[in-house]
Formats: sequence, C-alpha cells, structure tokens
Amino acid sequence: MSVKLGVPSKGRLMEQCFDWFGSRGVRLSRTGSDREYAGAVDGIEGVELVLLSAGEIPRELAAGRIHLGVTGSDLVREKIGNWTFHCTELAPMGFGHADLVVAVPQAWVDVDTLDDLDAAAAAFRARHGFRLRIATKYHRLVREFLREHGVADYQLIDSQGATEGTVKNETAEAIADITSTGETLRANGLKVLADGLIHASQATLFAARDAVWSEADRAVLNGLRARLGLAADA
Amino acid sequence: MTISAAARDEAARLTALFRAAGAVPVEADILQPADTLLDLYGEDIRARAYVTADPLRGELMLRPDFTVPVVQMHMEAQAEPARYTYAGEVFRKQETDESRPVEYLQAGYEVFDGQAPARADAEVFAEIAGALAGLPLRAATGDIGILAAAVGGLETTAARKAALARHIWRPKRFRALLDRFCGLTPVPPSRAALLAAADPFAGAGPEIGLRGRDEIAARVEALREDAAAPPLSQDERARLDALLSLKAPLPLALTALEEIAVRMPAIGPAVARFAERLAALEARGVAVDQLGFEGSFGRTALEYYDGFVFGFMAEVRPDLPPVASGGRYDALTAVLGRGRAVPAVGGVIRPELVVRLRGDAA
Repeated sequence: MSVKLGVPSKGRLMEQCFDWFGSRGVRLSRTGSDREYAGAVDGIEGVELVLLSAGEIPRELAAGRIHLGVTGSDLVREKIGNWTFHCTELAPMGFGHADLVVAVPQAWVDVDTLDDLDAAAAAFRARHGFRLRIATKYHRLVREFLREHGVADYQLIDSQGATEGTVKNETAEAIADITSTGETLRANGLKVLADGLIHASQATLFAARDAVWSEADRAVLNGLRARLGLAADA
Repeated sequence: MTISAAARDEAARLTALFRAAGAVPVEADILQPADTLLDLYGEDIRARAYVTADPLRGELMLRPDFTVPVVQMHMEAQAEPARYTYAGEVFRKQETDESRPVEYLQAGYEVFDGQAPARADAEVFAEIAGALAGLPLRAATGDIGILAAAVGGLETTAARKAALARHIWRPKRFRALLDRFCGLTPVPPSRAALLAAADPFAGAGPEIGLRGRDEIAARVEALREDAAAPPLSQDERARLDALLSLKAPLPLALTALEEIAVRMPAIGPAVARFAERLAALEARGVAVDQLGFEGSFGRTALEYYDGFVFGFMAEVRPDLPPVASGGRYDALTAVLGRGRAVPAVGGVIRPELVVRLRGDAA
C-alpha cells in the first residue's frame, strides 16, 4: 500500500509542480519514455506518483482513487459539489495563478459593477426578449456568485474554449472566464467588472477525505507534511 | 431513493380528499420542455432541476413541480372555475445538502377561479390545513401583493420602483437598492466619472455584441435621471421596513396594516383584499387568531407567487423543508397564457414528510 499523489501529466503546470516538491526535498520525475505516463518519487518512502490530466484530478480526489492531488483551486470548487466535504486544502502552491472573472465589452461604458450588470440585463431582456447571455465553462461557480449578488435576467451559455470570442460572434453578451494578465480579454474588447472577481485560483495540494487512509498511509502523510513544511494533521 | 408504500398511500389519501372537495385529477409529463421553465425561473432553476436533452425535442427538464404543466393544461381547456388535484414525483437537485432527497412526491390542489379570489385563497389554505390536521405543524402566511403595492406607491421614479419590484424575491439586492435610492451608499467613482463626462463614449472600446450603442446610451440617460432624482425619504424607508418586519397573528396584523396604510395609501386596496381573505378564512373555520402573518414571508421562494403565500413547517423539526406550501400566482398564468391571465391559487403537500412526522409522533 502507498499514498497516491496525482499531479498534472504535462506542460508548465507539471514542471512547476515538480519544482515545488523538489525545492522541499521531494523529487518527482517522469520515468520511461517521453510518451509514457509513469513517474517516480525520491526522498520519501511510501508515495506513489500518478500522472493525470489536470482537469481530471478533482474527480479522482472526490472518488478517493488518489489520496493527494495537485490541481487548480477553481477546478475543485467547480467540479466537486460540497467540495469541503470531500477534500482538504493542504497547501496553496504559489503558481498557476488565474482569476475567474466576469467581463463585459469595453464599449459598455455604463457597466462597471454587478449592480450595473443586473440593470443592463433587465433592460436587455425587455428589449431583446431573451435573457442576457453569459458564456462560461464554470457554471456552478458563476451561478452561485451571481445568485449571491442578486443578479437576475441572465442565462449561462456553455463555452468550453475561445470564450473571449463569443461576444464578438454574438453568441453571448458577456463572459465569465479565467484570466491571468487580462491580455486576451483586452485584445477581444472586453473589461473585467470592478467587483467581478469570482475566485482567485492557484495550484493547490489537496487531500482526499474519501480515500482509504490506512495507519501506514497516515504515517506517510505526516512524514510528507513535515518534509513539505506543513503543519501536522489536527 | 425509493418512495415508500406508506408515502404512496398518503398521496392517494390526499388526492382523494381534494377530489372530494371538487377537484379533477390530472396528470403531467415527467419530461417538460426546458425553455419554458428556464424563461420563467432563470438560471436558478438549472441549479435546482435536472436538465437532459433529446435530439428531436431539445433540452428537457425532469419536472421540478406541477404548477407550470397544470397551468398550461388549464389554459388549453379554458373552462372556469376549475379545481385540479395531482400527485407524483418531482425532481430537485440538491447542490449543497446531500441528505435531502432529489426525488419525492408532491400532492397538490389548484384553484382557477376569478370570481372571488379571497374565497379561493381561503379555500386552498383550508383544504391543505384540513388535510394536515393533527400534525405538529406551524403555519405562516404572507402577502407579496401588499409588498408589490408598497413598492409601487413609493414617492420616487418609475425606474426605481421597477428595479425594486424586480428584486422583491432577492431580499439582499432589494436592501442594497433601497440603500442606494435613499442616498446611503456612496456613488462608485466610475459612475461619478461617467456622469461627469461630456462625452460618455470618449475612449470607449470597440462596439461588439448584440447590446447596441443606443441601448448603452439609453442606460446612461437613465443613470443621469436617477442621479438627478431626490433620494427616497427616511420616512418612506421606515414604513417599508415596518411592513417587511411585521409579524403578528392575522387579526392584529390587519390592524397594523391598516395603520401603515394611513400613511401609505397605495397599499389600501391590497390591505382590503387581506381583510376579505381574513373574513373568508374565518368563515372556513380557520383559527385566524393562531395563524401568523409575516411581512417578508415568501420572499425567498421561486418568484412566481404574487399575492397570498403560505407554508406549513414542522414545529419540532426545523431542519425539515416545509411540509406544505402554496400561494397565488396570477402573473405566472399571464406569462404562460401569452397575455390571457387567469387568477390562480394552489398548494402542495409532501406526503413523505407527512408520513415521517406521523411516525415521529407515534
């Protein structure tokens, strides 16, 4: 038996993740050929590396098929209902920063806050006969945020990519998407609402509550926590 | 979650009672077209109802309640007055509370009768109360019609009244709007800059999307008018707050409402309807001295009730959802009837909860 640690299987996120663990004395590496998703852990006993698509890590955590996992805090909140029942945040890792924001056309000089968005949505619906469309792939987070802030007369339109282009293409009037610098938003004629930050996301190390934790696994976790400089489990 | 035989029996007992009161039993499809429900309730319904898709019929929803299909059916039949009863499963997603069922029974009683609305309100309440007799329940009532009339009668611009009326069902946003209209909230700097600008469109980005320059200009104009309008008076605010926080047994509530109406004449007709309903409830044998009125009751329900509202809560089990609830929904029939409105009032009972409370009592 060993503690399964799920990390992103490729790209910059994987490299930063390896660096984060490496600088704390836990060396993660891919083994075998470039194309093979197998990994090794040096510096601590009893931890097994599982390379996964970053987007699947929340699901694996929720199902308890991995004990630990690194993924964006936004993905865990979006994909796992009642996420706090299923996962514990062990450490924010300081990279992979991305903000989930509500953005509208820069040309909307009258809209700078959610209050404005709500009023504009009411007028839009009266004029066009349908609810103002907001394109996003973060349905749960966006809906909860807009409900909490009392925005009405909108509808969410699913957009799995190139979301910033939906306004120009007239398939949506506004968007809710992740941005790190705002560059793509600006290039597409969009601006972020002053109070439109839904969630400031970063790569985070999570533990799965529903995984099977044997005595030995718990000991390994406590060792890993100590090595990583995290407080021991309460 | 399997629905128990006891719950099915209870549903059958309830519909038999409602049939004895003159209701015609009706059925409704489990799969309902999603667009009608989405247009009525907005995005919130997506969080609460199961959406599925069919290649030929498009988006469909597992019925979250019977109200919409029953209204649609009634609008086609067009016979009035009419009374209906139904019982069957409804489906609700539970996004935050895993202990609550996602599939449960509702047994309902709906009255379409424009002749005597107060009597119809009393009839539905009394039928539901009668069906639940003997259970440890606390009933509460409210009246969205009085709130709407109070908002409509405020001494302020039509635009502000429309904004408040739109958010009666979102208490937090309603309060924020009131604060702003009373001048209690500072004007955001971006708003101040926009209103001060000689040309609000100077430096504006590219025009993209369906919302045109004319719509933006119209809202800038509306913002200018709003900035020029005097703030809502503290007196009016205080009267509205008194109305929203009113809690009293019905006869005392009537006295209080009549007092408020002296200085808020706009609610006069709605208070008169309240008085008529009170008399009708008494005539039905309802113990009105023990029946509570709450000024804010029904404000967090789905936004289709627009008059009398009521609920029955388990006294010793505040963790349970309401065992029964209902109200008047005239405006919903206007939307579904494409202009043709039918006064309608109804209520539903959850048979599983009735069975559970009886079990607790035994």
